[in-house]
Amino acid sequence: MAKILLEMKNITKTFPGVKALDNVNLQVEEGEIHALVGENGAGKSTLMNVLSGIYPYGTYEGDIIYNGQVCKFSTIKDSEKLGIVIIHQELALVPEMTIGENMYLGNECGHKYAINWNKTYSEADKYLKMVGLEESSKIQVKTIGTGKQQLVEIAKALAKQAKLLILDEPTSSLNEEDSRALLDLMLSFKKQGMTMIIISHKLNEVSYVADKITVIRDGTTIETIDNHGKEPVSEERIIKGMVGREITNRFPKREGVQVGDIEMEISHWTVHHPLYPERKVVDDVSMYVRKGEVVGIYGLMGAGRTELAMSIFGQSYGTNFSGELKLNGQHVKLRKSEADAIRHKIAYVTEDRKGNGLVLSQSIKVNTSLANLDAISSHTVIDGDKEYAVAEEYRDKLKIKTPSVEQLVGNLSGGNQQKVLLAKWMFAEPDILLLDEPTRGIDVGAKYEIYCIINDLAAAGKCVVLISSELPEVLGMSDRIYIMNEAKIVGEMKAEDATQENIMQVILRSGRGA
Amino acid sequence: MDLRSFLTSLKKNAMLIVLVLVYLFFMILTQGGIFSPSSFTELINQNAYVYILGTGMLMCMLTGGNIDLSCGAFVCLLGAIGGVLMIVRGMGTGVSILLLILIGIVYGCGLGYLIAYVHIPPWIATLAGFLAFRGLGTSILTANSKTGSLAPFPVSFQNLFYGRIFPSEKGVLNIPCFVFGLLAAAAVVLIIFRTRSSRLAKGYEADTIKSAAIKSGLGSAVIILVMTKLAMDGGIPTTLLWVAGIVLIYSFITSKTTVGRHFYVVGGNMEAARLSGVNTRRIMFLAYLNMAILTSIATMSVIARSQSAYADIGKNFEMDAISACVVGGVSASGGAGTVLGMVIGATLIGVINLGMSLISLDANYQRVIKGFVLLAAVVFDILSKKRAK
Repeated sequence: MAKILLEMKNITKTFPGVKALDNVNLQVEEGEIHALVGENGAGKSTLMNVLSGIYPYGTYEGDIIYNGQVCKFSTIKDSEKLGIVIIHQELALVPEMTIGENMYLGNECGHKYAINWNKTYSEADKYLKMVGLEESSKIQVKTIGTGKQQLVEIAKALAKQAKLLILDEPTSSLNEEDSRALLDLMLSFKKQGMTMIIISHKLNEVSYVADKITVIRDGTTIETIDNHGKEPVSEERIIKGMVGREITNRFPKREGVQVGDIEMEISHWTVHHPLYPERKVVDDVSMYVRKGEVVGIYGLMGAGRTELAMSIFGQSYGTNFSGELKLNGQHVKLRKSEADAIRHKIAYVTEDRKGNGLVLSQSIKVNTSLANLDAISSHTVIDGDKEYAVAEEYRDKLKIKTPSVEQLVGNLSGGNQQKVLLAKWMFAEPDILLLDEPTRGIDVGAKYEIYCIINDLAAAGKCVVLISSELPEVLGMSDRIYIMNEAKIVGEMKAEDATQENIMQVILRSGRGA
Repeated sequence: MDLRSFLTSLKKNAMLIVLVLVYLFFMILTQGGIFSPSSFTELINQNAYVYILGTGMLMCMLTGGNIDLSCGAFVCLLGAIGGVLMIVRGMGTGVSILLLILIGIVYGCGLGYLIAYVHIPPWIATLAGFLAFRGLGTSILTANSKTGSLAPFPVSFQNLFYGRIFPSEKGVLNIPCFVFGLLAAAAVVLIIFRTRSSRLAKGYEADTIKSAAIKSGLGSAVIILVMTKLAMDGGIPTTLLWVAGIVLIYSFITSKTTVGRHFYVVGGNMEAARLSGVNTRRIMFLAYLNMAILTSIATMSVIARSQSAYADIGKNFEMDAISACVVGGVSASGGAGTVLGMVIGATLIGVINLGMSLISLDANYQRVIKGFVLLAAVVFDILSKKRAK
């Protein structure tokens, strides 16, 4: 049996009023990839913060034994000195600085008062090669894509002489290709003897890469699953541990699907990039949606799905629009105005709820009513009571977990924030909902609830366009699927005919043809 | 009331408590001088411009921590123009007022256009005005007067912005002023209890009867106290009407109207606001148009009080307005802050200024103390809010 590199014994961490971790145990062997899974708020990040010294020794109970020694970290620096390096979910790079500068940020090499730039850049280049990046370390971080930025983060960790690498949701902002490359990189590190802990929501990735999977629920360790068998552990098996019950069906069945006439149709829709007008982000796209239909749009990241949806929604993205939009068979004159789109009963539910979906510093109530303030006001004066009633109604309807609708949205969990975002757009009473990655970064239970809401909307005769980069989600939810690649629609299939394999084939074939 | 809820309500109103403490401090230091009827009139007249400009600045800051550096210099330019119109040219008060407001609208439209539609960062766009307007104002003044200042403004103009309504002898209770105070106090009590009962009737969260009683009791007591003091000093100053009118209107706009709501969401998350159908550019435009109009009203109040227009008039007004907002809890990054908060902030600064001049402290020390008190007040506010969470 391999040597145990890290053992966390009976870790208990309490915040005022809440027990975030309750007697958590974790054993990581040297040279393995250990996955940590659990729903949002289960305590994964707290555990890692304890490990890396963000919560210093003394603020928690229990022991951290690393390399046979009990550790008492009081800062991140202490844990990094021993080679425990954490890569956080949100990229922590300064876009305006070069890759090399970023890699040695706070860890500058050289003398006390002077940075040795030659050494910095040559060392940086060395580590970049190790993660498979061809770029020079002298270029600015903002010029490379998110996938490569994630790799820079890893190179940065390597530069700190990491022996135990902790990756918190490393693929959450990557497309499938980049994700796969990253996971393969992890496997190659493993061969070289590196030990890694990965936190992820994407269970297929976990079962692909991990040797052992520890499940955390409500602040306690539930089980550690061995993934050494011939067959990788099934996702259902992991989910069972995460939610404490077996989910026989991850996607709720839709009762009595009744698809009506064509509600929205676009033809020869072309959009150019706002900064580089010669580049097409949506290229000659034609598609339609029927009443009561859930239409999936699947494509890799950067395929133009978000751009397509946003350009339909009042031309809120892009320049030089051309093409035709028909609503209920009527030709609609295009204008660059989000308010105009809302008047035409179109809603765009963004993929980036924190960035451009919600006003985090405002209450649930304010966010819910935002897109349809006129409905609760007369002569521009807001009826406070009506607003409150509306917020309460949607809180019940969507099961938003909160003590009060006066609660600030910033204090809610990801799943509940997503529900507030949906509430806002449902209250705007659209006929067409463009849902962009509606379940990104939320846990299994909340996902199921969102799926139910989508089905309810379709049952009420709304058109739902579901944009997702998770294939199972698109397959499980849609009636019909469009496949996008490189700004074009490259395929359309009925849900019955679609499988993971033939969708990927369509994408690959279109890529080769181009 | 149990201790904990009492403490949290204290923390929520930290700046109000600071105001009371500072006031009591100066009560002792001035041996009651700051509590005299004339001090109340003085406090209102001296700080009228801070309340008015502070309201405009609040609207700008709500949109994302944006400020207007040009308002002080614009006061100087408008003052000079007002002087030329009324004193040199002898034009009527009404026409002059309209012209001054018109100039404010023109500048506000230009500035708003540059900021909202050309996307010039507000502090740069207004820095230009900050530099140009004082120079322009001063050159107008020197071209029209040997001394570099224009005085005096017509009596009708002064009465409008720096007079009294139903004036009476000092030391005698002015009946209209006192009655007005009683009515205002009654209105406050009525509003608090009516909102409470209507919320209860609909089954929403509402104040407890105790806290409603405390709120309305304190509110009406302060109003009656202030109005009684003013009644003993010759009646309601017209500046109070201007200030109260503006404060009430903007309180209503910010808390009850869709436009007001849009100011908050634009500052809270510009992109989310845009994607929710809010015309974000229009809001930015309105913020600066509004600021310029309020600046012209503030100018009139200031020149009526000083009875003259001179080169240094309006100096540092932009800083006074910004400090009133920041001390009053307006977020420096936008999206949060209330008119009432700004009023408390402005009053706190006003009380400190008045108190220090009553004990005739050296002007340089006044600045030193003001700086530290402002810092301390904000630190206290932020720390207490952190703990209240």
